Amino acid sequence: MSVNIDSMYQQIILDHYKHPNHRGELADFDAEVHHVNPTCGDEVTLRVRVADGEIADLGWTGEGCSISQASTSVMSDLVVGSSVTDALQLQEKFLQLMQSQGHNDLTEDETEALEDAIAFEGVSKYPARVKCALLGWMAMKSAVASATGAGDKP
Amino acid sequence: MFDVEVIRKDFPILSRQVHGVPLVYLDSANTSQKPQVVLDSLTDYYTSHNANVARAVHTLGSEATMLFEGARDKVAGFINAPRRDEVIFTKNSSEALNLVAYTLSNATSTPGAERFRVGPGDNIVVTEMEHHSNIVPWQLLAQRTGAEFRYIPIDDEGRLVDSLIDERVDDRTKVLAFVHQSNALGTVNNVERLVTRAKAVGALSVIDASQSAPHRPLDVQSLGADFVAFTGHKLYGPTGVGVLWGRYELLADLPPFLGGGEMIETVDMSGTTFAAPPHRFEAGTPMIAEAVGLGTAIDYLTAIGMDQVQAHEAQLTAYALDALAQVPALRVIGPSTPVDRGATISFTIKGIHPHDVSQLLDEQGIAVRAGHHCARPVCLRYGIPATTRASFGIYTTTSEIDALVAGVIKVQEMFS
Repeated sequence: MSVNIDSMYQQIILDHYKHPNHRGELADFDAEVHHVNPTCGDEVTLRVRVADGEIADLGWTGEGCSISQASTSVMSDLVVGSSVTDALQLQEKFLQLMQSQGHNDLTEDETEALEDAIAFEGVSKYPARVKCALLGWMAMKSAVASATGAGDKP
Repeated sequence: MFDVEVIRKDFPILSRQVHGVPLVYLDSANTSQKPQVVLDSLTDYYTSHNANVARAVHTLGSEATMLFEGARDKVAGFINAPRRDEVIFTKNSSEALNLVAYTLSNATSTPGAERFRVGPGDNIVVTEMEHHSNIVPWQLLAQRTGAEFRYIPIDDEGRLVDSLIDERVDDRTKVLAFVHQSNALGTVNNVERLVTRAKAVGALSVIDASQSAPHRPLDVQSLGADFVAFTGHKLYGPTGVGVLWGRYELLADLPPFLGGGEMIETVDMSGTTFAAPPHRFEAGTPMIAEAVGLGTAIDYLTAIGMDQVQAHEAQLTAYALDALAQVPALRVIGPSTPVDRGATISFTIKGIHPHDVSQLLDEQGIAVRAGHHCARPVCLRYGIPATTRASFGIYTTTSEIDALVAGVIKVQEMFS
């Protein structure tokens, strides 16, 4: 099928959906959260280990639409090994992208920092699906907050 | 002679394009499209007759009243109601069903309404295939009154487990509420079987006919239930208008639902007496234009003939079940044969979430619904998060079903 250039289904999204990264349960973790997107019935359970201000490891399980599962996979690639501060900043940038309604106003640097996550830009034009793309990112944010004792418990 | 191509010309929206391709609208169970005559009747009402009903004595007021009450006559005729004052206009099916549930609990404190009382030890029965609109009002009624909430389960084919009907509906059952045709499964229930059981135990029977009224002749006298609810917007009419039909002798003894203008007989500061049905249950200025529009939709359907509509859709259902059965990894959720089943087909595709399926079909101009269809217990029953649902109407063609099948195969290729 010829994929419309405006389609939210970029190849990179389909690839992550078929071969998700960091999928699995962490045995050693500081916090676990379970997030649900009632629109599609998407679910993700995410565990995180934080050490020395860094996301030392992250693992997730879940089921749902390709957008939610692929976005969680891309997010995991981006934040594992990065500092908590950078991860949360990236989360804010991704949230901004998702709320842009198809008018990405991120700077070139910010766009570059999002790497593969920029493939979800098309999703921002579909308000019904934005929550799918945000599911894993919101789970990561609250897991990290819980692990670092910053409140916002799951 | 039923000619789908002629009918399609009556629906202007069917000639529009979506994403650069012709619209294939397969979401009529969600809401139907509207023929030009219905759109014209709304415009005509507001252009030439608009006034409030039942109170203004001027010319426009009496024209509006005649049109509104004329719509009630049309509904009464359409469902073969014995009396026109058994037809209550509501905003939709949900409100119609809530009307019954709330008047029943209002009956607990109304002198003369003792026979409607529901309380601890009593039970209210629905089925596992109900739309949330025929579950939640009853759960709430059970909560308010202390009655038990029960349901009749469904089997793997999406049919009621017949052997459990007599067990679940017992001599303490006050209400048996069930869907005529399931919006999630397409199953058409055996009304006679259920109504007979309800009568045998002295329970009120309530039918949600939202998904049957648009697709088959509806005769409230032959259905035999006490209440029948349906909505206008699935019946080729406007949104904002629905219908509750109820037996007059019941309506006459039931207390009001909402209080306000229109529903009173006399009001003073020491108390109020209430109007006779149907106005007792129609507080406030009603949906006048929408009711008029629904009346026009009914005229339109009557001219085609509901038996013709039913025959057309039976053909589409058989065609679609055959065609979808050829698609690998596709599982129909609901009856797999066209027997006692309507033109609404839910399915899942292995490895692809229904929201992805429907989004990718939309990119090909095909409108279907994905989700739990406000019947989440059905999805829980089959252990699935959601389904994709294609539903047909009077304007649906077999080539649109072919487009659906081709579209689904394309989606599978993309995910393979």
